[in-house]
Amino acid sequence: MQRERRMMSGNEAIARGAYEAGVKVATAYPGTPSTEILEALAGHSEVHAEWSPNEKVALEVALGAAQAGARSMASMKHVGVNVAADPLLTASYTGARAGLVVVTADDPGMFSSQNEQDNRHYARMAKLPCLEPADPAEARLYAMAAFDLAERFDTPVLLRTTTRISHARAPVESGPRREPAQGPGFVKDPKKFVMVPAHARGRHPVVEARQARLAELAEDCPWNRIEWRDRRLGIITGGASYRYVREVCPGASVLKLGLAWPLPRRLVEQFAAGVQRLLVVEELDPFWEVELRAAGIPCVGKKYFPIAGELGPDGVAAGLARALADWGIPWDEGLGGRGDQGSAAADTAAPAIPARPPVLCPGCPHRGTFYVLSKLKLTVMCDIGCYTLAVQPPLAAVDTCTCMGASITQAMGVELGAGREASRRTVAALGDSTFIHSGITGLIEVVYNGGAVTVVICDNGTTAMTGHQQHPGTGRTAQGAIAPAVDLEALCRAVGVQDVRVTDPYDLAATEAAVRAALAHDGPSVVIARRPCILLDRRLVRPALAVTADPCNGCGACGRLGCPAIEREAEPIAAAQEAREAGEARAAQDGEAGGGEAGVKAERRRARINTSLCVGCGMCQQVCPRGAIAAPAAPPAAGSGGD
Amino acid sequence: MAMEPRSDLNLEPRSDINVAETHDINDVLVVGVGGQGVLLATDILADVFLAAGSDVRKSEVHGMAQRGGSVESHVRRGPTVHSPLIRRGRADALLSMEVLEALRYLHWLRPGGVVLTSLQRIVPASVAAGGPAYPDTAGIIAQLRARASRCVIIDPDALVAAAGDVRTMNVSLIGALSAFFAGVPAAIWEQVMAARVPAKARDANRRAFALGRHLAGKAPA
Repeated sequence: MQRERRMMSGNEAIARGAYEAGVKVATAYPGTPSTEILEALAGHSEVHAEWSPNEKVALEVALGAAQAGARSMASMKHVGVNVAADPLLTASYTGARAGLVVVTADDPGMFSSQNEQDNRHYARMAKLPCLEPADPAEARLYAMAAFDLAERFDTPVLLRTTTRISHARAPVESGPRREPAQGPGFVKDPKKFVMVPAHARGRHPVVEARQARLAELAEDCPWNRIEWRDRRLGIITGGASYRYVREVCPGASVLKLGLAWPLPRRLVEQFAAGVQRLLVVEELDPFWEVELRAAGIPCVGKKYFPIAGELGPDGVAAGLARALADWGIPWDEGLGGRGDQGSAAADTAAPAIPARPPVLCPGCPHRGTFYVLSKLKLTVMCDIGCYTLAVQPPLAAVDTCTCMGASITQAMGVELGAGREASRRTVAALGDSTFIHSGITGLIEVVYNGGAVTVVICDNGTTAMTGHQQHPGTGRTAQGAIAPAVDLEALCRAVGVQDVRVTDPYDLAATEAAVRAALAHDGPSVVIARRPCILLDRRLVRPALAVTADPCNGCGACGRLGCPAIEREAEPIAAAQEAREAGEARAAQDGEAGGGEAGVKAERRRARINTSLCVGCGMCQQVCPRGAIAAPAAPPAAGSGGD
Repeated sequence: MAMEPRSDLNLEPRSDINVAETHDINDVLVVGVGGQGVLLATDILADVFLAAGSDVRKSEVHGMAQRGGSVESHVRRGPTVHSPLIRRGRADALLSMEVLEALRYLHWLRPGGVVLTSLQRIVPASVAAGGPAYPDTAGIIAQLRARASRCVIIDPDALVAAAGDVRTMNVSLIGALSAFFAGVPAAIWEQVMAARVPAKARDANRRAFALGRHLAGKAPA
């Protein structure tokens, strides 16, 4: 059972490796593509696995635990490391007693992120070793090795993945857990742990010396290896790109860098000397290429491979084909060619068909909130969460999205930059989990510095976009224990907001009234739009609604909700008939005019509700001016919202 | 779509299907709309391939993309598989939970590959917002047939008649795909399905799987 081999995602494999290595404290804030690491660890009773309020907290808790002698791991998405950068850079100076591993899950291609920063730069900036697995099996091994490396060199270790590692699946073995010995707990050592300038000046040379020792290790370690094949082409690569290279050019010689930082200078020189042409294939920034060139090693990389976006096997093949053509090297059998490697056949072009970007779900409570914000034509300083999807038409009610928590503070900036009147037509909108992550400090800023910002907290009782994780406001921990729930109203009042309102976003009139009143209040206001995420509990789903053909005149008011369950009939209103009758009657009286109006009407299509998508939230009933949308016959309780 | 009577249908798994010899399927691209069960479908496939002795790689996308957006997941098998991603234009089979999505990803299929698609139409929000119109189903099917050597089509109404729940479409399409793997014993499919599908939905999924497998046997070349 312990040695079974099963399909595991890179994230599950990291969790498995950390578990086997005896991790005792695991912390994280949810963020794609890192989330499942903590979720997998939460299933182990030997591990304290927690959702921290944010990544800075997560790293600091893990650092303290490691300083007290427990193997610890903090996992986060790439932008989460920005939040945790402050402790990260100084943890490099202090080190810890037990292994401290920081997982950064980068998102090239931005499947679910606001930027695609390359977090290998953090390894260089913080002077930390960075391990980068190329597949899930390596992810488990590297996670285990990271703890040993951390303890051997008294350094936090960065474990970097990308979406195609974290969310790839492959067969992975499991082994038993090595339970670490119980240490003496926190042992005082002020010169190591108290980073006042005098002590930190002592620690910086220690860090530099450690870097040098790590660079020596990089020359001869299990994670960096030369694979000699055809010597005409040598490729330095790592991570997911290693797998793409092996896929599309199996004959090339490869130097695989599993330790992405620091670089093994002599190993690279040995490799460079053994091949005719040296190519660096790395996703995102020319991180290695710049270093190697600075070291005087001639190599080429970003001339052939894009900096923006994820590479994928097609991107690697296209770049390789261009490089080989420039060098006059045929992509022949020696390089594992089949003659078709670089070809991007004409028939692989994407067709021009309707786009299908992600949307707010049918019955999403955010729809009510953002319908109201859109209707009031407000400027919406927004944040990171499902609700950011309201940027798309028809809601089109999101004006900024920068980083976690920036909604409130940017709204304060708008007020200061454009004048206090601006806060009468501007709101900050963010979710409950985001508010706890880093919205609270922004709210204190508004109160303290005399702002009049209106904050809308879209409280759906979960961290929805990343897959419904608990947070300090939900009353449950990551491991299912009951926890005190943050009382948002009391918290807002406690920091000095006097105007705090709670509304049900399904009740559009009440939500509009709450937002209007908050905007009118000359001072900081908070509107809590509270309604659980519709995906959280299927018991919230009510019978699908239906459109009555007769009163529906295809006016399109319900369409402004942007609900995926509301479709249009394919045929324009059979009004053809209706309008013709009316038009003929009128045309008989006043000539051309009646015919023109009938033409407009004929363009209209009646609404139709897709019963397999509709969850009966009732928002469309509230916006229909003709009462054309109704619950099915014999409804249990016809009302919409307010229950 | 008209509903065919299902009473005459033998929904037991068939043993007389042997289409695998002309369709060497290693790379399968599974697509659909977020929430349709794309990931469950590729989890089942990956487990089956692993149990059948292959190396397997799979890639999926989580987070924002799953909120009703277009979703893709790649499954690859072979003696040794490196990339978790299929190369564009080289998928051996395209399995789609929604008919427009089949067209969206058709260029990933190698010419002469196999398409297995639901006829379900889910209209994207971009259409209602004034974007390009949703193409008509017959036109989409014609384009699928023009590229694929075989096209297995599952009518959601027929599925509901057979299995009682349109949410079993992912499993029904897997059933159809199973017909193309003569070398994989039926017992492996059954074991994986039993492990992956929730107990209360097992019966519906078994009927859905059988319907797909049956339709694959009938699909015109």
